[in-house]
Amino acid sequence: MTSVPATVASWLKVTESGLYCAAGDFYIDPSRAVPRAVVTHGHGDHARPGHQAVLATAETCAIMTARMGTGAGDSMQPLALGETLRIGNVSLRLAPAGHVLGSAQVVIEHGGHRAVISGDYKRRADPTCTPFELVQCDVFITEATFGLPVFRHPPAALEIERLLASVERFPERCHLVGTYALGKAQRVVALLRAAGYDEPLYIHGALAKLCALYERLGVALGPLLPVADMTKEALAGRIVLAPPSAANDRWARRLPEPLPVGASGWMGVRARARQRGVELALVLSDHADWDELTQTISEVEAAEVWVTHGREDALVHFATGAGLAARALSLAGREEEGA
Amino acid sequence: MKGFAELLDGLAFQPARNGKLRLLEDYFAATPDPDRGYALAALTGNLSLRTAKPKLIRALVDERVDPVLFGWSYDFVGDLAETVALIWPVGETPAGAVPAAAAPTTLGTVVETLNDAGRSEVPGLTRRWLDQMDATQRWALLKLITGGLRVGVSAGLAKTALATFGGVKAAEIEEVWHGISPPYGALFSWLEGHGARPDVSGTAVFRSPMLANPVTDAELATLDAGNYRAEWKWDGIRVQLVALADGQRRVFSRSGDDISPAFPDIVEAMTFSGVLDGELVVMDDDQIAPFDRLQPRLGRRQVSPAMLRDRPAHVRLYDILFDGEEDLRPLPFDARRARLEAWFARAARPRLDLSPLIGFTGWEALADLRGQARQAGIEGLMLKRADSAYVSGRPKGPWFKWKRDPLLIDAVLMYAQRGHGKRSSFYSDYTFGCWRRDRGDDVLVPVGKAYFGFTDDELATLDRWVRNNTINRFGPVREVTPGVVLEVAFDSVHESTRHKSGLAMRFPRISRIRWDKPVDEADRVETLAQLMRV
Ligand SMILES: [Zn+2]
Ligand SMILES: [Zn+2]
Repeated sequence: MTSVPATVASWLKVTESGLYCAAGDFYIDPSRAVPRAVVTHGHGDHARPGHQAVLATAETCAIMTARMGTGAGDSMQPLALGETLRIGNVSLRLAPAGHVLGSAQVVIEHGGHRAVISGDYKRRADPTCTPFELVQCDVFITEATFGLPVFRHPPAALEIERLLASVERFPERCHLVGTYALGKAQRVVALLRAAGYDEPLYIHGALAKLCALYERLGVALGPLLPVADMTKEALAGRIVLAPPSAANDRWARRLPEPLPVGASGWMGVRARARQRGVELALVLSDHADWDELTQTISEVEAAEVWVTHGREDALVHFATGAGLAARALSLAGREEEGA
Repeated sequence: MKGFAELLDGLAFQPARNGKLRLLEDYFAATPDPDRGYALAALTGNLSLRTAKPKLIRALVDERVDPVLFGWSYDFVGDLAETVALIWPVGETPAGAVPAAAAPTTLGTVVETLNDAGRSEVPGLTRRWLDQMDATQRWALLKLITGGLRVGVSAGLAKTALATFGGVKAAEIEEVWHGISPPYGALFSWLEGHGARPDVSGTAVFRSPMLANPVTDAELATLDAGNYRAEWKWDGIRVQLVALADGQRRVFSRSGDDISPAFPDIVEAMTFSGVLDGELVVMDDDQIAPFDRLQPRLGRRQVSPAMLRDRPAHVRLYDILFDGEEDLRPLPFDARRARLEAWFARAARPRLDLSPLIGFTGWEALADLRGQARQAGIEGLMLKRADSAYVSGRPKGPWFKWKRDPLLIDAVLMYAQRGHGKRSSFYSDYTFGCWRRDRGDDVLVPVGKAYFGFTDDELATLDRWVRNNTINRFGPVREVTPGVVLEVAFDSVHESTRHKSGLAMRFPRISRIRWDKPVDEADRVETLAQLMRV
């Protein structure tokens, strides 16, 4: 008799284009253009351009279209969270992943077995997206971006407090927070609002489109103004959000004594943070930390956990030590974005 | 511990001096005694603490963490204290262990508990504190008790912050600094206006030295040469020797650091009572050795007998501040000089001599002398008004330093690195090289590194050139195609094993961008080597 994981592996396979569901003839987050793609969320390492048909949440469809225009896919089919769709011999539904707006886990059932592909996820509250839903399954395919036990993200509210304390301490400088355009920027804004910061926030042109889209999709961000309209003097004591590379860019010269702020899960490691030239390192991650990863792989009660996208070695080692079945899955074309 | 941990964390990320000062001032204002005093001591290297070896920390973490995961984590993080701070699993205190204290652990508690504890209690205390603290506090604790506190704060910087915090002059802090000890209760009480300035009579304290301003030939022409005395500016480090009748002896650097442990040979020779100002050098027979012979003796806590033998220290005296308990600082220079000479003649003074006054008839004659004196050990001339009292700081007018003209080479820009703070978006820090023959080819070898010291326009132009001519990137550093010649000015050059070229410059600075000069006409390493002997 074949084991459950082996049975699942017969219809859910790693190919050169990424994870492929043979029973339904579609790919999940394929790394190159394919006829049919299910996309977990809008980050560039998951949502590639040029597919013929894309299935994703309505938010992810909108994000992909905003980022890639007509290149997003020839046909974009939205599927609401929780709704089930029949594709060939499989049934498919999307469950919230809590990573960024629109992010979803892909739940596939076939032949009496259930596989869940987590995509990127986190388990803490995030005012900009629907919280993670735990789905028990036979095979769980988890990310492992922060799959080392040194990654333990502190509560986001405490990190935002540190940012506000620094703004108070250096009122003549402009705090330049490096944030990726999708997810991190809006989350930092929403966290600042939740902390009671009602002042306008100033954004780099590269963030404008997705901030506007978030607002349109119902995520309130408060007053956001383009940096481009401001004089240098007027930005003293203000918080500016820009892509991380902008701090070292000529663009930053328009800012009064910019104080570079990092905001990612990597910021917990000082050498990493210093290498990126930040003066204030905020540990703000859109990915699960070690405790969330290990908690999740225990709770899904899967017959086997497949680990990809980060420190597969360490998470597999942990799972094996905890008596769970686990193996590393090597998928091509995965890099962190806005971790 | 929370405030101290946040301070250390902030300092570790803050590159700018002003930013560090702000963090320190805020911390002193927000933190009660004795914590702020212990923090001050820890930052300035004055905290004596029962320390823990890295091995002990490893053993503690091995009790709780899978060694394979620890190993991978340590590889990733690269720092033991930080890895342990991040990985430490809390809330797993085994049954029967000491219950966590209700109140948060303060820096003062840590320091005082450790100093009262026996060696065998250290692991248990450390484990308990690690359980009570958050990751940043654990990091600060481990850095503190393993003696690895390096956050770029010099004693001078900490004292400047204290002066601002208390609204007093930095020189006033200096005058009491070496007479007080952790946790500095009296100091903070004085700075906050609750108490008198600590009384330090009877302790060997540092007096802020008098410093000179640079002067140009044109400025000199407006001054009457007859009012000034001239001395050589020797190429060593400026020191203050303080010896009291009761046997206390200290050698201070110009910034007030106590460097006595590095110079036991000088300390041994300080058989007097008084305060003297001079230049610390290494002597080869009766000649002052080049600065690089002194360099290895600096910054040490201990000196080997070989180093004492091969690099004997010596102080060439410029001035006398106290003779016994008598404060001579209000006297005019001429009168102090007479006292210095009389003091020197009074007894045998091994390892000390007088910096001679140079007779001269006018500025031109002196300029000639300065031109001839490009020998090792002389940086230029000091000019002191005959009637000048000895006042701390850098008053405008009474003292000048008249440096000899710098040496110049034309070098090729090889690497550029982004600056800090206001300059973080500019490539403003340059590594440059000279040509050398290598297996039949002319190759560039790096010879030095310097910041840009010129106008914003020039900086912007060079920055643009760097971005457009990058051939390689390593983090914040760009390698560029050889295409720009920089005229580099420097005070001297000496042999060095640290650089591939085998040479190192003193005080290099970029004096001009030679857009006009083709790179193959830049200087060769051999040319630079010849300047060693100038
Ligand atoms: Zn993502
Ligand atoms: Zn991802």
